[in-house]
Amino acid sequence: MTAPAFVPYLLHTLFPPNTHRPTEIGADVMMGLGMGYLVYWLTRHRKWGWLWRDWLTTVDHKKIGTMYLIAAILMLFRGGVDALMMRVNLAMPHAPFIGPEEYNEVFTTHGVIMIFFMAMPFIFALFNAVIPLMIGARDVAFPRLNAVSFWLFAFAAALFNLAFVVGGAPNVGWTAYPPLTELHFNPGVGTNYLLVSLLISGIGTTITGINFLVTVLRMRAPGMTLMRMPMFAWAALNTSVLILFAFPPLTVALLMTLLDRLAHTAFFTLSHGGMPMMYVNLFWLFGHPEVYIVALPAYGVFSEVVPTFSGKRLFGYTSMVVSMAAIMVLSYGVWAHHFFTMGAGAAVNAFFGISTMLIAIPTGVKIFNWIFTMWGGRIRFTTAMLYVMGFIPTFTIGGATGMFLATVPADYQVHNSYFLVAHFHNVLIGGTVFGLLAGMYYWWPKMFGYRLDERQGKLAFWLFLIGFWITFGPQYLLGFKGMPRRMWTYPAGHGWHLLNVISTAGAFVMGAGFLVLVYNVLWSMRHGERDASGDPWNGRTLEWSLPSPAPEYNFARIPTVSSLDAWWAMKQTGQGRGRGAAALRLRPQDIHAIELPRNTGYPFFLGAAFFVLGFGLVFSWWVIALLGLAGVWAALAYAWFDHDQHKHMRADEIRRIEASMGRLPA
Amino acid sequence: MTQRRWSRGSIGPAGGSSARRILAGAVVAALGMLASGCGRQYVLLHPVGPVGHSELRLMLLAGGAMAVVILFVCVLLAIAAVRFRDRQGRRAPYVPDWHQSRILESIWFIIPVLIVAIIAVPTVRQTYALAQVPQARKPLVVDVTSLSWKWFFEYPSAHVATVNHLVLPVGKPVLFELTADSAMNTFWVPQLGGMEYTMPGEVLPLWLQADHTGVYWGHSSNFSGLQFEKMFFSVKVVSASGFSSWVRQTRRSDPALTAAAYRRLRAFGTTGTATYSGYPSGSFPKVTHRFTLTGGQYVPAVRGYGQMQMGMAGSGGTMPAGRP
Ligand code: HEM
Ligand SMILES: [Cu+2]
Repeated sequence: MTAPAFVPYLLHTLFPPNTHRPTEIGADVMMGLGMGYLVYWLTRHRKWGWLWRDWLTTVDHKKIGTMYLIAAILMLFRGGVDALMMRVNLAMPHAPFIGPEEYNEVFTTHGVIMIFFMAMPFIFALFNAVIPLMIGARDVAFPRLNAVSFWLFAFAAALFNLAFVVGGAPNVGWTAYPPLTELHFNPGVGTNYLLVSLLISGIGTTITGINFLVTVLRMRAPGMTLMRMPMFAWAALNTSVLILFAFPPLTVALLMTLLDRLAHTAFFTLSHGGMPMMYVNLFWLFGHPEVYIVALPAYGVFSEVVPTFSGKRLFGYTSMVVSMAAIMVLSYGVWAHHFFTMGAGAAVNAFFGISTMLIAIPTGVKIFNWIFTMWGGRIRFTTAMLYVMGFIPTFTIGGATGMFLATVPADYQVHNSYFLVAHFHNVLIGGTVFGLLAGMYYWWPKMFGYRLDERQGKLAFWLFLIGFWITFGPQYLLGFKGMPRRMWTYPAGHGWHLLNVISTAGAFVMGAGFLVLVYNVLWSMRHGERDASGDPWNGRTLEWSLPSPAPEYNFARIPTVSSLDAWWAMKQTGQGRGRGAAALRLRPQDIHAIELPRNTGYPFFLGAAFFVLGFGLVFSWWVIALLGLAGVWAALAYAWFDHDQHKHMRADEIRRIEASMGRLPA
Repeated sequence: MTQRRWSRGSIGPAGGSSARRILAGAVVAALGMLASGCGRQYVLLHPVGPVGHSELRLMLLAGGAMAVVILFVCVLLAIAAVRFRDRQGRRAPYVPDWHQSRILESIWFIIPVLIVAIIAVPTVRQTYALAQVPQARKPLVVDVTSLSWKWFFEYPSAHVATVNHLVLPVGKPVLFELTADSAMNTFWVPQLGGMEYTMPGEVLPLWLQADHTGVYWGHSSNFSGLQFEKMFFSVKVVSASGFSSWVRQTRRSDPALTAAAYRRLRAFGTTGTATYSGYPSGSFPKVTHRFTLTGGQYVPAVRGYGQMQMGMAGSGGTMPAGRP
């Protein structure tokens, strides 16, 4: 190609028409301004070095957790804007605010972002922030891999979000079924973005799974047997196992689709004898465990929040553990309920219908155990506890509609209708999102050393809860009126209008809830009540025995555990009775030097190299892809030869820090 | 009663306990109140055929059972919240170390088990029952091909074809043989009954029946690309004599669909409705029919059918796609 012809080609490839719509340009401008301000602020305050030393190269699980949290909230914003755009479009029949091209992109990015780039990092934020503290560990098992996970996720999310600026966004739905993803039906690079970014973040997720599996199994404080572990640690354990077995099928399915598109293989491509049905199986073999990957951590959070704010031990701890494991195992055996209507036959459908219903049993056990944890307690309705109170009825209804969907012949009628949309939001928002927000309010003081304002937090909660029901209640009814999902607009005459208007109004209430939440965080950063005791809620588990925020090494002395709710027990017994430092009875002679992982820049570079590799793959620009690949190898080689992985903290330094936090008699 | 005629396994009133009937009645009443005003537009609640009816009955059963569970949980939670709220002078017992009760835990293990059993048994029965076309009558066969973004229907017995609209005889089971010559869709006429996917390279069966004449609507429920929302079609149910006269009329006065015209129809885009007095022979996968009907039951025509359906048979299970 000659040079002059190359330039328009390049421009057209990078900026096809679907990247210059007003909404896209508006978003570009906003992002540009935001980035510009960030650069200006960092330069003005000479913060570049701080950014690099304290954040980009950190291997401290607490800081990695904070970065996950920031990313998750940013992605919640992007996914929420997508949702509002869809809802505005659906408020009226034939009154499009965005056209079908854009709507199809928006519902796709909404689904992908909410699941992979909002829910997942939010979960990892909580795991990172508290799991090592809860089990009495100084860090995760593999601190550097932990940083690798984060940066793979972060750069994958950046790549995915680049799509609507450069090259065009995907528009095949988060499920990305072939043959719709075949080049013939779907030219352009959008779908490549989806495939490549999920492949990259999938590597990170798998590593996180390994990391927390090993952390929970191997890093617990002496005396903390498995059956003395907090439920949230159990949740991390089960989630990690789910990740380890659920992500490989997804990786295979995405990789095969990518090869079909880039290398013209025919795994799923029909015209060469490929088999779309194979993809559907692989996808849901991942997809159903995935819904429990995002649900179990929420269960874990509730199992911590309820006992704390009821001032009472968790009811039925053993059955809680068993039921969570049962859910984990069962969730691998139900995937075909996502395609009862693909002609598998009565025997297969009956089997998967029943296996799905079985999940209701352990779930029911958990719900009753939570309620009976409150029974006979003294319930304090903090924001975190309010989320539990919103969760229990909402999630019960979501589970009930799930039972309805597992009733095979009923599913024939409501599959892929708005009833389905209502169902999965019911469980994802009522379960996962409420759980994550409860966890955020609960552990915020531990993470940052101050509380989030309770009044604002409660306001946000009520907006979310009420907004949720206004949004999704009518969608159940729309399902009964036969409205299929993923329609960008609809004709009048089916009676769909009014319910859609209500639903849209509800979405704005939830949007308001999000704004209050953000305001809550920003306000509390300045005015939030400091948490001097380290134990603001009168907690039960080990993280509350530490100052808030915990020092880099977490525990000056690793505690010895002799029962469930170890911190609660320490507070009850012995002469050190009382809250905060007193119960710990830390003495200077207990403190010894500590070995800690040393910061390193290679995870960041590894992520960046994967970004370049991914970008090259998306556009089939092999030179760029090879450059990226070279970068990946370089980063890995560096990691291989970098033996200087630890640093030491001297005992007197630790004593000084502990004394300055009032944890040691001076 | 109509439902007795077509299926033995139905959970009609005769087969249900009185408790179940009361439950279903309560749900019907609740839904009825909800639906009043524009009730007819709740198409799932107003089926006009046996398949839709039996699906609705299961929905009511599941919905009723679930309503009981939801109510129970909410009431229990409300009591706990009110009684044990941390307030000055609260007199309810405070038992911080009470954390176990064999009896209680067994109870709420058994409750879900019972609920699951109540729903699962009729579910399995109906799942099998609905997989069979009623044996009494020979069904009318309609071959359905979803295209981007329109529906193409063939009536092999009459050798007529339509686009985006169906004409069906009342009171007669119709066996739809579903395939796609494009991305996947689902064939769904809510008032007649549930949906089934149309998948390229496979033929899936679905039977439905309309017991009242009238005009109903159908739509695809699986997103299939840019103009997916245009995949509406109408279903006109007429009397048996009306149907045969429609066939005669069509054969007499409408043009036949040529192979070239079918290729144009296949191209991406939308069209209105059309009717044809014939269609090219290759437009529906004849040789690869995956099933035949024997005594009203779907039977695999080739070995390995079940595996193929689960998508595990590799290339042996697919039909050559690039057909004319
Ligand atoms: C303000 C809150 C939200 C609103 C108003 C909303 C609205 C919607 C709408 C309108 C759709 C598309 C329906 C269609 O297929 O045409 C959708 C799909 C979806 N949403 Fe949400 N949503 C919200 C929050 C969430 C959250 C928090 C999650 C995940 C944790 C989530 C996960 C999904 C998923 C997975 C899909 C399916 C996407 C697909 O099928 O391609 N949503 N949502
Ligand atoms: Cu599932």
